[in-house]
Amino acid sequence: MIEQPRMINICDVWEETPDTKTFFFPFEGPFTPGQFFMIWIPLLDEKPFTISYIQEEFLGITVLKRGIFTQKFHEKKAGDSIGIRGPYGKGFELQTDLRSCLIGGGIGMASLATIVDRLHNVTIIQGAKTSSELLYRKRFQDMNLCTDDGTLGYTGTTVDVLNALLEKQRFQKIYACGPERMMYKISEICKKHDIEYEASLERYIKCGFGVCGQCDCSGQRTCIDGPVFHQQELIRMADFGKISITKTGERVIHP
Amino acid sequence: MFLHLQDEGYNGNKLSGRARGKAATLIYRFKSIMQKVDLSVTLCSIPLRNPTILASGILGTTRALLKRVAENGAGALTIKSISTEPREGHNNPTVITFEAGMLNAVGYSNPGMHAAAREFSDLQEIGVPVIASVIGTEHEDFMRVVEGLSKIQFSAIEIPLSCPHTPGFGLLSGQGTPESTFKITSLVRKATKLPIFVKLSPNSPELCTAAKAAEDAGADAITAVNSMGPGMAINIDAQRPVLGFKVGGVTGDALRPIAVRCVYDLYKAVKIPIIGVGGISTGRHAIEMMMAGASVIGIGTGVYYRGIDVFRKVSEEMALWLQKNGYNTFRDIIGVVHD
Repeated sequence: MIEQPRMINICDVWEETPDTKTFFFPFEGPFTPGQFFMIWIPLLDEKPFTISYIQEEFLGITVLKRGIFTQKFHEKKAGDSIGIRGPYGKGFELQTDLRSCLIGGGIGMASLATIVDRLHNVTIIQGAKTSSELLYRKRFQDMNLCTDDGTLGYTGTTVDVLNALLEKQRFQKIYACGPERMMYKISEICKKHDIEYEASLERYIKCGFGVCGQCDCSGQRTCIDGPVFHQQELIRMADFGKISITKTGERVIHP
Repeated sequence: MFLHLQDEGYNGNKLSGRARGKAATLIYRFKSIMQKVDLSVTLCSIPLRNPTILASGILGTTRALLKRVAENGAGALTIKSISTEPREGHNNPTVITFEAGMLNAVGYSNPGMHAAAREFSDLQEIGVPVIASVIGTEHEDFMRVVEGLSKIQFSAIEIPLSCPHTPGFGLLSGQGTPESTFKITSLVRKATKLPIFVKLSPNSPELCTAAKAAEDAGADAITAVNSMGPGMAINIDAQRPVLGFKVGGVTGDALRPIAVRCVYDLYKAVKIPIIGVGGISTGRHAIEMMMAGASVIGIGTGVYYRGIDVFRKVSEEMALWLQKNGYNTFRDIIGVVHD
């Protein structure tokens, strides 16, 4: 495989929320939910995005506007071209028959969306700062929603909602993606309740294929050993939930 | 039989599943024989368990990753280069591959010497020698970074005067000339008692003169070579260069014959040891580099071709070849093509 972007045409764009759009493009080839693609805008930059829709030979990525790159991305329309390379990394190991719970925080929900249809017995928890940021409201009718400001659903965090649900029912596996503090707290809950757990981590990614070392998390390369890690790995990763690495390579404490 | 293993499985890309299976069987079968071959080496008074070194710029960003590379068989490790101040480097794509290697223009992203000093504390936990890579735009910067890292237990200092893709550093600020090489090496010599490795460019027609200048200024070894070029890859559909910085250093298979020739020339030009780097990803490549005159070898792009345990694989393959050819130690083959 040659690790270089190839140009593809965007075939559809959906507005999901005021700040997020989903871009659809043709893709044929194997893909595991949780894996990511590097998306290239020539002469600007290249960033990692997970797949949020799988529809026959089309894939979709949901992009939150949060910097120069994503702003430029949001200006793209159907017919425009972007560069992609991938898929990269290790995705989720789906155990379809287990009673599962998906927990998405903010844009993290995009990474989990493609596994909903593949699980037989699944509960979804989604949290955001405010109601207008909640994703896929029409796509998944039955979600346990929560917002920090109480504008929709439970007022509080996904962790609060999970704790409340666990008083009434038991899950055999939890899949999570979102802010790392959230994923860390869920890991602690899974430890206590002996629930299998997988979480998708976000790090600053440069090469995407395991040579530059920029996306390190306690000796694990998020781009190739992850981005999805199993509970047994997460427990051994001292940086998980605590430390990430900036574009310069400096270790910083998670906000 | 195993002599043909890499020829069969290693085709400039990753090993095929079948070849991997075969490799595992053969390595298991010859493990007892391999133990008779001595791969240990002393480089500038630094004892190494084997002659493979992680080259700078690959995986050397954190202590945790260094430890992991050590666990995967490297004899020594080089950290990613450190400057006085933090640097973000170039925009992505910063590293891409092509049919015969890799192109990179990371742009020396690093957290600066103060954060680096924190990151690389407790290096003794890693269990193998760690080499600091030190960069600067001004000659005096090299000295400042060496001083900034002086409390850390590095085993040696590497100064790459040869980067082809970062304005202000290496070739792009003329640091690879014999005069500049002499000045910078002399300044670093004053700042540290640790062994100094000067990393040179394969591009320069003055390679041997620059190496001699480094030797005269007190360098303890020459690292040969840095990436060549710069080169460029263009996406013809986008009609744009792919790398964020447009051009980048070329490494991997495309670099190997150039690197072997540089080491061959340097072996005749200097008396200090040579660390051979450039396109090494198999034991046969390593032995080729040593026959040209390298005392030890560096591996960078090989991590892409064969995984993070490329160091163990290369060491084992070297041992197999040496045993098969009647050598007890690889030291007997260093520079053998010159005889």
